[in-house]
Amino acid sequence: MLFVKDASKENIVVRGARVIDPGEGVDAVLDVRVDDGVIAALGQNLDTNSHHVLDGEGLVLAPAFVDPHVHLRTPGREDEETIASGTAAAAAGGYCAILAMPNTDPVVDSAATLGSLIEAARTEAEVPVGFLAAITKGQAGAELTEMGELAAAGAVGFSDDGVPVAAPGLMRRALQYGAVTGRRIALHCEERTLSRDGQMHEGEVSAELGFAGYPSVAESLMVERDLALAAYERQPLHLLHLSAWESVQALRRARGEGVKATAEVTPHHLCLTDEAIRSLDPNLKMNPPLRSASDRTALIEGLKDGTITAVATDHAPHARHEKEVPFEAAPFGVTGLETAFAALYTHLVEPGLIPLEVVLERMSAGPARAYGLDEPRIAVGSAANLVLLDLNASYRIAEESFRSRSVNSWLLGETVKGKVRATIAAGRLAYTT
Amino acid sequence: MAEIRVMREDLRPPSSPPRRHFISIKDVTRDDVERLLATARTLERSMQREVKKLPTLKGRLVINVFYESSTRTSSSFELAAKRLSADTMSIKSSGSSVDKGESLKDTAITLGAYDPDVIVIRHPQIGAPNLVARVTEAHVVNAGDGKHQHPTQALLDLYTMREELGRVEGLHVAIVGDVLHSRVARSLIQALALMGGHVTLVGPPALLPRGVEAMGCEATTDISAIAGADVVYVLRMQRERMQEGANYVPSLREYAARWGVTPERLRPGQKVMHPGPMNRGVEIDPRVADHADALIETQVRAGLVTRMAVLYDLLTSGPIEVKTESVLEVA
Repeated sequence: MLFVKDASKENIVVRGARVIDPGEGVDAVLDVRVDDGVIAALGQNLDTNSHHVLDGEGLVLAPAFVDPHVHLRTPGREDEETIASGTAAAAAGGYCAILAMPNTDPVVDSAATLGSLIEAARTEAEVPVGFLAAITKGQAGAELTEMGELAAAGAVGFSDDGVPVAAPGLMRRALQYGAVTGRRIALHCEERTLSRDGQMHEGEVSAELGFAGYPSVAESLMVERDLALAAYERQPLHLLHLSAWESVQALRRARGEGVKATAEVTPHHLCLTDEAIRSLDPNLKMNPPLRSASDRTALIEGLKDGTITAVATDHAPHARHEKEVPFEAAPFGVTGLETAFAALYTHLVEPGLIPLEVVLERMSAGPARAYGLDEPRIAVGSAANLVLLDLNASYRIAEESFRSRSVNSWLLGETVKGKVRATIAAGRLAYTT
Repeated sequence: MAEIRVMREDLRPPSSPPRRHFISIKDVTRDDVERLLATARTLERSMQREVKKLPTLKGRLVINVFYESSTRTSSSFELAAKRLSADTMSIKSSGSSVDKGESLKDTAITLGAYDPDVIVIRHPQIGAPNLVARVTEAHVVNAGDGKHQHPTQALLDLYTMREELGRVEGLHVAIVGDVLHSRVARSLIQALALMGGHVTLVGPPALLPRGVEAMGCEATTDISAIAGADVVYVLRMQRERMQEGANYVPSLREYAARWGVTPERLRPGQKVMHPGPMNRGVEIDPRVADHADALIETQVRAGLVTRMAVLYDLLTSGPIEVKTESVLEVA
């Protein structure tokens, strides 16, 4: 279900890093040896065997990250991102796998379109990439796609991300039929008669600035509907980019009642609130919108207690000229692949809001589990999916540093802490600095 | 007012004051407002002379860019600049390159190439003046950006209230109508909060923005709440913003019945204001609009002198010397 360009597997020794793998219960200074792309040994003073040596002293070595929600804009908007540029950005962000959403032009709703993406990934993807296919043809919310054929052709899951599946009856059919494919259904929860033309979270800030409001209940009402359908059909589902505390509450309750629902949250919803929009910066415009301080607190709590098990960037590249306009004229979406770890480390780990181990787990094993992918592990015999992190590096986020074709980052100009020094993805050194 | 660093400071005449903008009421302090109102008053006295033109801004260039239709705001800015002897140019979106799909950024850069001292902009989208301020070196004055701000309207309303009622501090103002879509209301709520006034918002539930009380005002759906106010400020029901199917109110007829400002709902002596243009018979009864207690024409006159005061304030290095009227003598 994941595709990457052919490359020789490497022989690497990472020397003297603090190795943290929450899943394996490891937190110790160790050498890690990778033979032919597979972790071969963990221990003190390992032989290098003429392997390529990465000096890990003073650095953290963790399972590389998995991003379950990326927009690669291909096909259709290759000026904004391509499989090559998006996966290069992912490598720079410490990711060993990313999942691409199907809301492209054309929409990924046929085996032919999916096949062309897989073929391209096999020649240009720097890290393994999986492709979701649409739930409904053209994401129009009327007819199911041929999910069986799409799954057989390599779809990693199904989503109409960007738009909700509005009709409850169709949503039910998607859950029923999706179960046959064994692939996860991932849902963008938005009741559009409530969000209407909303530009930002409805609350005190929107009242003052005059922007049309996009209320929390537009999300949580749909979350409740989809959880009710999942409970009734006894099928799993994955909730995309939660933003509201009511949604976290509903999910916690449903999981407690045995519903097999997973969910993700983005770094920007974890780090920012709607107060930031006073700057009127179009790089703070995304769907769902930044919400209030109490929503942010609930998302952090949900991530900590495991109600939300995945961090997803919702990396959404946009052309510069499309974002250099007044806020209301700008498209929704911000980039995130290259800044996710630094954002979370700076805004959540350093201030003591969430432990490092939790961030590492929710950026790696958590999202992999949500889609039934192999969890990156630092254990002998596992494929080498490793990220080397410098927690002390402090630096300014600048346009020039991005490998993505787009620069619509909410962190532009901000000084952050925590830098990816190297990424080993599927046994290959995909990034080093 | 908010200062923004000028990137090519060295190319500007050394005597120029730092670049300032008037984009939001949040850009000004109470002292700034007092100074602007005092300047406006001085200018109003000079307007009573036979020859009304002042030489103050001779050689300066003021460009008015209007992306939305406007009668009183655009005409008063143009006349304000002319009365101060500035060169003026007016660009409207229709008939300009905007019709050809030119972006706001490119239009602003093009106009900025003429080195204007001030760009006055009205635009249907929030934050358009901020974008112009970022890409040009002009002082930027917001003549209305979407539903966000209309700071010179708030200034002329304060001026009108002070001239007619003698004070702003402690004044109770009821703002009635479509607050949700009103930049006039947002600027006025902030301006009155800044100057020590007291605001009650009155309107249909869907047109009172959720959370608006945090701006420092009260909000109610009960029209009888206007009875206690010194000034009843009537907002226009903005038909062009009432999208199909939005159902903010069932009908304009029902709105007029429940929230229309009629003589029966007013106390004698209560002053009535309206930013214009009015929908007579919808938000305001024609008998109210034409009554002596309606200050609507005063507002229009105040618009000219307060906008002159804003241009004067931005382009002269210090506050106007209110006492030495000779500064304003016609040359």
